Amino acid sequence: MHPLFTRGRLSLYLLAWVPFVATSIYVLATRGGLVWWQATAIAVPVFLFYAFLCLFAWYPCRATPLGRVTFMRLLLTHLIAAVFISFIWTHVGALLAYAVLSPKQFEAIKSQFGPQVNAINTIGILLYLLSVAFHYVLIAMEDSRRAEAQATEARILARDAELKALKAQVNPHFLFNSLNSVSALTSIDPSKAREMCILLSEFLRLTLGLGEKTVIPLSEELALLERFLAIEKVRFGARLRVEEKIQEESKSLLVPPLVLQPLVENAVVHGIANLPEGGVIRLVSELQDGRLFLIIENTFDRESTINRRNGMGLVNVRKRLEGRYGTDASIRVDSQTDHFRVELSIPAETGDLRK
Amino acid sequence: MMGSQKRIGALIVDDEELARHVIRELLVSHPEIAVVAECANGFEAVKAFAEHKPDLIFLDVQMPKLTGFDVLELIGENACVIFTTAYDEYAMRAFEVHAVDYLLKPIGKQRFEEALEHAKRRLGEKMPSGQQLADSTRPPQQFLERVVVKDGTRVTLIPIAKLDYVEAQDDYVALASQGKKHLKQQTIASLEACLDPKCFVRIHRSYIVNLERVARIEPYGKDSRLAILSDGVRLPVSRAGYARLQSLLDERK
Repeated sequence: MHPLFTRGRLSLYLLAWVPFVATSIYVLATRGGLVWWQATAIAVPVFLFYAFLCLFAWYPCRATPLGRVTFMRLLLTHLIAAVFISFIWTHVGALLAYAVLSPKQFEAIKSQFGPQVNAINTIGILLYLLSVAFHYVLIAMEDSRRAEAQATEARILARDAELKALKAQVNPHFLFNSLNSVSALTSIDPSKAREMCILLSEFLRLTLGLGEKTVIPLSEELALLERFLAIEKVRFGARLRVEEKIQEESKSLLVPPLVLQPLVENAVVHGIANLPEGGVIRLVSELQDGRLFLIIENTFDRESTINRRNGMGLVNVRKRLEGRYGTDASIRVDSQTDHFRVELSIPAETGDLRK
Repeated sequence: MMGSQKRIGALIVDDEELARHVIRELLVSHPEIAVVAECANGFEAVKAFAEHKPDLIFLDVQMPKLTGFDVLELIGENACVIFTTAYDEYAMRAFEVHAVDYLLKPIGKQRFEEALEHAKRRLGEKMPSGQQLADSTRPPQQFLERVVVKDGTRVTLIPIAKLDYVEAQDDYVALASQGKKHLKQQTIASLEACLDPKCFVRIHRSYIVNLERVARIEPYGKDSRLAILSDGVRLPVSRAGYARLQSLLDERK
């Protein structure tokens, strides 16, 4: 499809022809002795026709892309096309003049402009070559726009892949420590060991399943957290205390999967695990004025080592919220002396899960 | 070395009760080893070490506040340590580099026996220092976040932001923080290497200063200058030290 065939571009293109039309009307009227309407009746269709003919330059331009064919071939292609097109144009123009004018007037015009037929042809050729140049510019613009679109698309794909990878990640430290707990429990309390195995399997299964979805009901994310915290409670014993305040209406709202899990994991790894006496993790969900607020708060020790993985969970969640909600989601981090708090605010969405 | 009738005293250090239990259980078939104490964190471990002087320590790497490396640093290099960790690629690399025994959780019986045999053979040998291990676990371009020091049996953690300046004193460094000085057995050069060069400057052969604390620089004598800290402390600045200070300040502009 010709790139000019959009309304805005086509009218601009035609506008560029107006000076030529005006000039030829003027020349036909003053030198050819025609009245204004006659001059207009000839010049307008003749140039309209030529404007149309010049659009065909697009095809040879595409067939001989700049920089990829020899200069000779370029020159020959466009010159032959120019001569051919200009020839058609001048003869169609003469035909039109013959139709519009009285025989006497036509003869007068013929004797006036006949000797200059070569000059007119040259103008036609030049106009056509101008159109060739114009088309090359147009093609270059199209190419660069397409390249840009492709780059954007590639970026989006890369981000999607990255997000997918982030979603599927299970902290190996968590996994091996849990397995170590299971190994200890097998001799102390076999039924507890079995329960722990079940919890761990359920957690892993939920994690794997969620990675493929774009959104899930909050209740599913909470089910995942329940497993995660139950496992961590076995490891940390009385050091880990959990408080939950989950509003019933919020449970059916949609959230990106694994949006809370990394934050709760942070609360354990950077909060509770750094406190010899342990601490509290508080989980709040609330629907307010069409927005879903999710709060994760934990006790922490400001002075203890900043773990290497610190911040990754938060960055990951931030990126994923941006990816899905753009500027419509916010994430607020508040760290006081002994408390760390993350508050997410996202639009309350219900409904179609396959979105 | 050890008399055949004397039992080997062992310390188990892990912040998770279940993890300590696994080791205790694995030691049941080793009557030659007596567990003298179990500790749930690094502070307890340092205290228990001073009290019981165990021959062998099972030491978890990731613990609250004090890591296993900190503990090793604080108790010195004469204990034989077997580190335990769930997953820490940096720590594992450090263990390999320094040929330190370690166990990965969950701990398997066979691997445990091997590590124990190996450890028994090197009882009484010196360990690489906790400092060395900790340094090789730090990824490049990451600097020390805090320093651990021991005054007698008291363990103090000094966050790097609260470190005012460091003064070399023979084999020791004196760490000045919030008006107090803490002695630590380390060379000033090795400490300097672990500090963020954008915040700490070696202003003198014997002094490193926290740039945040420097209030002004005054000329002093012919070639040297004095750094006046915000709390009024005056530190000597050598000519080379002044050049380093200047280039750092230029960078910051």
